[in-house]
Amino acid sequence: MANSKKQHRTVARGALRRFLHNRMAVVGLVIFLCIVALTVYAVFAVDFESTTAIDPPNRLQPPSAAHWFGTDEMGRDIFARILYGARYTLSISFAATLVAVVIGGIFGAAAGYVGGQVDTLIMSVMDVFMCLPSMLLAIAIVVALGNSVGNLIWAIGVSNIPKFARIVRSSVLSVRNTEYVQAAQVIGTPVIRIIFGHILRNCLGPVIVQATLIFAMAILSVSSLSFLGLGISSPTPEWGNMLSSARANMRNHAYMVIAPGMAILLSIFSLNLLGDGLRDAIDPKMEL
Amino acid sequence: MADTLIEVKNLKKLFPAGGGLGKKSYIYANDDISFSIEKGETLGLVGESGCGKSTLGRTILRLYEPSAGSIFYRGRDISRLPHREIVRSTKMQMIFQDPSASLNPRMTAGKIVEEPLVNHRLCGSAAERQERVKELFRHVGLHEEQMQRFPHEFSGGQQQRIGIARALAAEPEFIVCDEPVSALDVSIQSQIINMLEDMQRELGLTYLFIAHDVSVVRHISNRIGVMFLGKLVELAPSDTLVREPLHPYTQTLLSAVPIPDPDVTRARARILLSGEIPSPIDPPPGCRFAARCPYAKEGGGRCTAETPALKEVSTGHFVACHLV
Repeated sequence: MANSKKQHRTVARGALRRFLHNRMAVVGLVIFLCIVALTVYAVFAVDFESTTAIDPPNRLQPPSAAHWFGTDEMGRDIFARILYGARYTLSISFAATLVAVVIGGIFGAAAGYVGGQVDTLIMSVMDVFMCLPSMLLAIAIVVALGNSVGNLIWAIGVSNIPKFARIVRSSVLSVRNTEYVQAAQVIGTPVIRIIFGHILRNCLGPVIVQATLIFAMAILSVSSLSFLGLGISSPTPEWGNMLSSARANMRNHAYMVIAPGMAILLSIFSLNLLGDGLRDAIDPKMEL
Repeated sequence: MADTLIEVKNLKKLFPAGGGLGKKSYIYANDDISFSIEKGETLGLVGESGCGKSTLGRTILRLYEPSAGSIFYRGRDISRLPHREIVRSTKMQMIFQDPSASLNPRMTAGKIVEEPLVNHRLCGSAAERQERVKELFRHVGLHEEQMQRFPHEFSGGQQQRIGIARALAAEPEFIVCDEPVSALDVSIQSQIINMLEDMQRELGLTYLFIAHDVSVVRHISNRIGVMFLGKLVELAPSDTLVREPLHPYTQTLLSAVPIPDPDVTRARARILLSGEIPSPIDPPPGCRFAARCPYAKEGGGRCTAETPALKEVSTGHFVACHLV
């Protein structure tokens, strides 16, 4: 029994070994975990008041022991705002990715499994959406629906649905005609269980990889929309709007731009490394 | 062998072959095929790659929708029944050609064999189900400790045993064996074949045994059907077919079977065909084999003008050739 359990994990082991061998992927994972850890730490250690309360005497302080990243034009501690902003930026991006994965996954799976006219219909709609740059689409949705956290999630989520639908559809197509899916039909497995238990289970790899990369894109989109004033607006700390309000003082107080800029850059960079590493790790044909 | 289990009447299966705009063309994978399988017998099906034998097996199981014709299971037409009803009211299973491709790589062997038990609600409780899975594992010569393993941790022969255990779990009476041994080593082939024969004896199973290897089919089958390009060209009891093949294609096929005796091999006349296999896309009228048949000239224009029907020339021996 112990022996069979050991054997059991060989697939995951191989993937883990390939992942750990990829140094850049490990760096990405470490950076991302640090960001997440700091964000969680901020929930307990930093009080929200200090991130929004105006403190004019301390305005535009350069980085120091008291204010690691300095203070902004209202005297608020930039480090605290970055940590608190991570909560908004990361959770909105994560929720938007989830929206794209779930809805795109359902459309893609339906198109790939049912095929025929359903496939043509769904994929034509997706292709139309693909023609619009996803940023432009997100802007249009936010403008149409109004400015709120929920709408931001939908806007960014919806604009990424076509990418997922395509990926899931192509993986489903490659799996649906395999003999084990036919075997499941012969032994009488209900369609829903065939789709989830047999088909999607074997499509997970590319979906996880794509989700990581889309997560990175979503962070950029959330920040960009907030930068343009279409997302989260001041005084709520969000990396994009911090960057936007720092523009006025950029010439003399460059640290104000550098801090949120680096936060955005590091999260996207680490997720991209992570995604690339996962893509190589999940593919069992990549032997070391 | 009194009652008929499966009866196929004028079955057709066409696959659209591109065509795009304008006229649509089709691949005639199965063209007007009729035969029946008696309860408890093994019907062998031979033919070259792409002649439609696998398609026929899968269409009978309704993995493919028949384009025309009907399939009777115990006298009931199942060719238009909804899939749920097929699962509920028939006891048909399949064993696949490629054992590694027919097992879900992310499920343990135990889960794979358990799935039909869950689907058909064959066991009352989870514990009973586990017992039944263990029993099935032992039945096909696997150890119950192997239930936790994943398919890729088994050898090809063991994987095929898992596939067979899965088919048995559904308590079938009819099994389509789609080249169950062609992906295996010769030494493993005989083990699997013997196991299939034992199972047939113990459980009273009926097989449709598909293969491209005449010697394997001849060993296991009561009757053999020969297919060429979507058509059933000859159907006869195994011994009769091997002793006196009537269709020119069957004769050619048999002359290619290796005989483990160099003297016999040297002495016999090997029939070599000339010409290309005609395309199964929108085939021309007449006999499908006419373009390659050494006797087609003797038939005059008939062989290329008129499709020969399958006719009974002696008891149980059917052949589709104008010259017989």
